[in-house]
Parts: sequence; C-alpha cells; structure tokens
Amino acid sequence: MDRARTAAAPAEAPAAHRTGVAVEHAEQRPPSDGEAVFAVRDLTVSYGSNPAIVDVTMEIRRGEITALIGPSGCGKSTFIRCFNRMNDLIPTARVRGEITYHGVDLYGKGVDPVEVRRRVGMVFQKPNPFPKSIADNITFGPKVTGMKFDPDEIVERSLKRAALWDEVRNKLDDSAYSLSGGQQQRLCIARAIAVDPDVILMDEPCSALDPIATGRIEDLMRELQERYTIIIVTHNMQQAARVSDRTAFFTAEVESEENDHRFGRLVEYDLTENIFKNPQDSRTEDYVTGRFG
Amino acid sequence: MGVATPERTVRKALGELQRPAERKTKERVFRFLLFAATVVGVVVLGVLIVSVAIDGVPRINSTFFTNYYSRFPERTGIRSGLTGTLSLMVLTASFSFPIGVGAAIYLEEFAPKNRLTDLLEANVSNLAGVPSVVYGLLGAAVFVYLLDFGRSLLAASLALSLLILPVIIVAGRESIRAVPQAIRQGGLALGGTPWQVASRQVLPAAMPGILTGTILALSRAIGETAPILVVGAAFTRRADNVPWEPLDSFTALPIQIFQFVSNFQEEFRVDAASAGIVVLLVVLLLMNSAAILLRNRYSRRW
Repeated sequence: MDRARTAAAPAEAPAAHRTGVAVEHAEQRPPSDGEAVFAVRDLTVSYGSNPAIVDVTMEIRRGEITALIGPSGCGKSTFIRCFNRMNDLIPTARVRGEITYHGVDLYGKGVDPVEVRRRVGMVFQKPNPFPKSIADNITFGPKVTGMKFDPDEIVERSLKRAALWDEVRNKLDDSAYSLSGGQQQRLCIARAIAVDPDVILMDEPCSALDPIATGRIEDLMRELQERYTIIIVTHNMQQAARVSDRTAFFTAEVESEENDHRFGRLVEYDLTENIFKNPQDSRTEDYVTGRFG
Repeated sequence: MGVATPERTVRKALGELQRPAERKTKERVFRFLLFAATVVGVVVLGVLIVSVAIDGVPRINSTFFTNYYSRFPERTGIRSGLTGTLSLMVLTASFSFPIGVGAAIYLEEFAPKNRLTDLLEANVSNLAGVPSVVYGLLGAAVFVYLLDFGRSLLAASLALSLLILPVIIVAGRESIRAVPQAIRQGGLALGGTPWQVASRQVLPAAMPGILTGTILALSRAIGETAPILVVGAAFTRRADNVPWEPLDSFTALPIQIFQFVSNFQEEFRVDAASAGIVVLLVVLLLMNSAAILLRNRYSRRW
C-alpha cells in the first residue's frame, strides 16, 4: 500500500502554505527503503459485535517513525494495540485479518503475546511508572524477561538513551513518583528500551505533557529512531509532521443511522510530506488543514 | 455579562439570600441530632473503658503477667492466657494470611468471568457474615475430631483462620483492585507474564492495604471467645502455650477473663477480670494503631 512518490517541487510551496503545518525534516531524511517490520492485511478489530477499525492494510518499515493520526473514535489506539497484542487483555476484542511481524503471523497459533511484547515495547498516554524506585523501574523488564544484565550498567545506558540520566543520576533510588510528568514519561521510555526491543509503540505519549516536555520527547524520538522502529499515535498534527517519516490518516465513520457507533478506516498512508503538503484524498486534506469538524 | 439587571430584581434576589429563621432552627436541631448520634457510641465506650481501668489498673503488676492461674486472687495471673492468645495470633496469621492473599489474587487477577467465579465471590462475602460460633462448631467437628488434632492450639487457630479468611479476602481484593490498571499494562507491555506482573508489581503495591486488613481481622479474632470455647479451650493451664507446641491444649485471654468473671470472689470477679480486660484492650489498641500507622505511612495517591 505504499504510494511513495517523488515530490513535485513546484507544487510544494503553495501547498505548505495552505496547510499551515511545517514539515521540517521529511526533506532532510529520505525514508529508508527498509524491510517491512509489520505487514497488516485486511485487519478488522471488533469489540463484541461493534467494529472499532475496519479493513486496514499497510506496512510499517524498519527504522522509520510512523504516525497514526485521525479524529477521536477512528480506532488508532485500538490499532496500535494490535502490534503488541495488548488488545488480548480486553475479553471482547476480536481481531480478524492478518498482521505479520518479520513475516510471522502475530496472531498465529502458538504465538505467545508475552514474547511479542518483549520485542515490541509500548509507551502509554499517561506516564505509568511503577510505584518503585527509578532504578527498579528500569530493571523490571530485564528481570522478568530473564536477560543477563548488570543493573548499574543497564540503568545508566537506558536513562542516557532516554535523555534522563543527567537529571536523575544522583537519585536513582528515589521513587519514580517524585519525578515530573515529562520525566516520568521519559522514564517509561527508558524502561521500554531497557529490554532492547525491536519496535516501540507510543500511544499519544505527549498528551499529558506541557509543550517543553513534549519537545524533549520529540527530540528523543528522533534519536531513538536510529535503533528502533517507532509507531506513534497522536492527536497533534504538528507533532506528526515534525517527527514522523510516514503518516497514516484514519477517519471515523458512523456505522448506521440508528446508533452513533463509530468505527475507523484507513484513508491515506503515505510519506508524511505528502500527507501534509499534497494529500490525495479530500478527507485527508480537510483534516490536515483543520477544516474537519 | 454586559446585560443590565433591573434594580428591583437585584434587591429581591438579595433578600432571598438570607435564611428564614424557622429553617435555621430546624437545621440546628438536625445538626445536634447527628452530632449526638456520632457521640453516643464513643461516650458509652469511653465510660466503659474508664470504669474498667479504675477497677483493673491497680491490680496490674508484674506477677499478674508472670503467674499462672491460682485460686488465691492475689496470686493469680494471666500468663497462660496471654501466651495462648499470642500463640493463637501467630498461628492464625500464618494460616489465614497466605491463603487469604492467594484467594484475593486469584479472584482479582486470574479468575475467568463465569458463573463459578460469581458463585465463589458471592459466597466469600456471605461467609464474612456467618456467626463465629458456627466456625467454632465447624472447627470442633473437622479439626478436633475428624482430623484428630484434639482440643489444641492448632485446631483453635485453624477455626479462627476460617473465621477471618473472608475478611482478609475481601480487604485483599479491595486493595488489589485499587492498583491502577496502568501499572498492570505497563508491566505486561514490558514482556512480563501475568503472574510476574501480579506478584512483582500489583501485590507489592497492594500490600499496605492487605496488611491493614489482615491486622484488623486478627484483632477481631483476638477477642473472639465463642469459637475457641467450642473448639475446647481449657480454663486453666499450667504451661506456656507457645506456637512450637501447636498440639498442646491451650487457653486464651478472653477465656481467662470469662473465668475470672464467673468466680464469686470480688477480687476475681471485679479486680482480676478488669485487669485482664485492660490487658486485652491494650493489645487490641496496639494492633489497631499498627494498622492505622501502616495505612498512613504507605497510603498512595495514584
């Protein structure tokens, strides 16, 4: 489903002006031609008899940041939780279609969600550190996954990668709750990278943070991109434009006239630059230009 | 904003701001009744404690703790009752705590949502309301005779464990449920198995609440007389009942107090009994303050 194109230079300037969203780095960083980490085919997720997201087909490429955007109720959070099988925790959730992870069917027989989650980490909407010390938050993952590790070393390395080390190096035994919200979220990122995952899922990681903390997380994402494939759900279009290589736009459709139940559908998936400067679908254009709702 | 209000309306509205006198008195009366309702229990308890303390405290001396029961009132003591009670507590806690916590974890974290689970849950709550003497009879039938533990410390502590198990389970479930879902999700997302997340994150986070509930349940058990009487507590016992002799016969503080009260001599009936009650109350208050301390110290805002 990749519709990567070479951008037509002359058409660009007015388009950027029109959307009013700056696409900063898409030009500097040509997207990789990396292999597909995830391949999603005809994926439908339902809660009971209500579909939440319908017929999604797309590929997530190695080493890229993929942003999932769209209005509330479009199923982006449901969708991102398919990649580490967090939807398994909801008894009524049913997944149809296929997601392969490096070619292996993620929902195939005998696939252990615990093993999946060891490779596909996740950062949640609200920072959710464990009620323990900063160091214990980092070492929990390595401990339960049975890694052989040196605690001091893994704590320092993870916190450095999450750009938190300098702020907490002298209080590693303090409660994680003593940190600010932005620091807590970076701790959660540090915790996720401590198990050295392949992919990191971020479900609106900045929605509970102020703009400065948000900026730091965004900078961090760019650094993490060198090692990890990142998928991020965001409500913030500027954020998608700033950090992501590719963007998928989902829309919420009303199921029927009688009830107000909504389900999501993938409208357009392309290089972030194209989504914001030169969208193919009028619904995408309406959304990114703010004409939506 | 910006819309002018006619002056008349404003004046009228201001007049309504004042409370009519009649409503004021009514409110006062109600407030007093509510206050009285709050105070009545505390006052009665206070009077009781003071009168018991006046009778009992002068009787308390060191030999009261170190002597066994004696038929001479000035030489009698509560040594066997106190050691019996402490042994009962240790044994009861070591049976009921692991079982109760295990049941609470299972019901909250692992039990499938089905009819059997619903049935289990409903019955755990029901068991909390069963009269204690019934647990005593059950203990007598099962532990004393069927399992042939005899009228022993072990049989009594097992009966008391059954008695407080529902309370521990309910308290445990509540504190486990209070641990936010985000903690579980965070643990699972890092590749923890459900058991690892439950045992290493959820349980430690819930532990202060569980301990508080357990201590309060134990302090209920410590004052129970009926079940251990039915199981066969002895009135007198010329030996220390320590937990490492669980098949020994035993007595306990409430039993000894009962025995003092039944005596016709006033030195027993009033002085020794009151002194025993004071000791029992002090033990109870100590346990309850430990529970409160624990709760305040570790209470968490999520």
